[in-house]
Amino acid sequence: MRPSQTDNTLTTSADGPDTDVLFCALLRLGDNCLILAQQIGKWCGHAPDLEEDIALANVGLDLIGQTQMWLNYAGEVEGKGRSADDLAFFRDTREFRNALLVEQRDEDYGGTIMRQFLFDLWHFNLLQHLCQSSDSGIQEIAAKAVKEVAYHADRSTDLVIRLGDGSDESHRKMQDALDSIWFCVEELHSPDRMDEAATDLGMLPDLVKIGVDFRGQLSNILAKANLTEPSDVAMRHGGKSGLHGEGLGYLLAEMQSLQRIHPGAQW
Amino acid sequence: MVGSENLPGARFSEAQIWDWLTEVPDPELPFVSVVDLGIVRSVRTTDDETQVVVTPTYSGCPATAVITLAIEQKLAEKGLQNCWVTQKISPPWTTDWISDDGRAKLKANGIAPPSGQASCAGMMAKAPVRCPRCNSANTSRMSFFGSTPCKASYRCDDCLEPFDYFKPF
Repeated sequence: MRPSQTDNTLTTSADGPDTDVLFCALLRLGDNCLILAQQIGKWCGHAPDLEEDIALANVGLDLIGQTQMWLNYAGEVEGKGRSADDLAFFRDTREFRNALLVEQRDEDYGGTIMRQFLFDLWHFNLLQHLCQSSDSGIQEIAAKAVKEVAYHADRSTDLVIRLGDGSDESHRKMQDALDSIWFCVEELHSPDRMDEAATDLGMLPDLVKIGVDFRGQLSNILAKANLTEPSDVAMRHGGKSGLHGEGLGYLLAEMQSLQRIHPGAQW
Repeated sequence: MVGSENLPGARFSEAQIWDWLTEVPDPELPFVSVVDLGIVRSVRTTDDETQVVVTPTYSGCPATAVITLAIEQKLAEKGLQNCWVTQKISPPWTTDWISDDGRAKLKANGIAPPSGQASCAGMMAKAPVRCPRCNSANTSRMSFFGSTPCKASYRCDDCLEPFDYFKPF
């Protein structure tokens, strides 16, 4: 498959490379929220118990709200008149910039919680630093989102500890979930050329530094949860530059179908 | 010239407009107004137009669009022309902006108001949460999230009633 025009390259626009870096950083922030919200939305009405059902729907709602803020801002920065909805529903798989973690399929509810926990903990660390971004738009959105994500991280940490350190069955399921998604963790805190450019401009914090804090907290929580950090796993990267697994295609097909059949349809 | 028979184009004071906004209920919590919740951030009026600035509570809260519409309708009913409601996300909304009156109304309607200051995110359960019915501090959290993103589910361990808790945010 030939990479599309936007893959892994700095597209040039009239406003210069800074705008391109900002646009790409915003797509990454927004796409992570969007894809994870779509994933957990599937539990609405089907979660194992009522409290979980409500909690996941609420977390998904927060993430959709954050997606709207990030992608609307991305559309403004791009300057081609694209709204958050245009960016969500009319881009194809290779144009999505989400990390691999959020697009992974969950085999059971343990998988849902583990994926959510890893994302929430990283997301909370990232947003705290984004509140000091050199870009005022990023700063404002992060200051709003971090308050919401603090509750997401509280909840998923609590659940991972209770389930990991729970019954034999819940422990086994959480360990299996951790083992099967671990290959996605490194991508979150490994900067690529685009991240480094954004960090140089002060838009993004240093992802390596955030990674140190995140992995430290992660190790502590996993120890409390009686879960073992996997070793010797081949780490995968690429989601944030548009190289996704096949699962994302199916997810987008479902999420985008209505807008593709009836472009511009309003609720 | 106050009341429903205001002439189109008449000029009203900002204090008068604030007063009218106390008649706009929150769609999810109809016993408190958008002013009680601290959602209305500013009102500015000139001879030509009135601008009301509101801030969303939670970024994905579906009530935000309804609130914008309800404010526009209320001010149109009062005879205001050229009224604009704009959204502003910074500084982000905090439960510290809920008025004392608003807190009392929440409690009277079975919802425990936020406990303590929300200056630090993720402060859940660090300050004691009191049962809105019997006032006992002997309560336990059932779930981090309740019927809306802004609430958590709690239970009173003395009177045994379940209740919603408005999370510090």
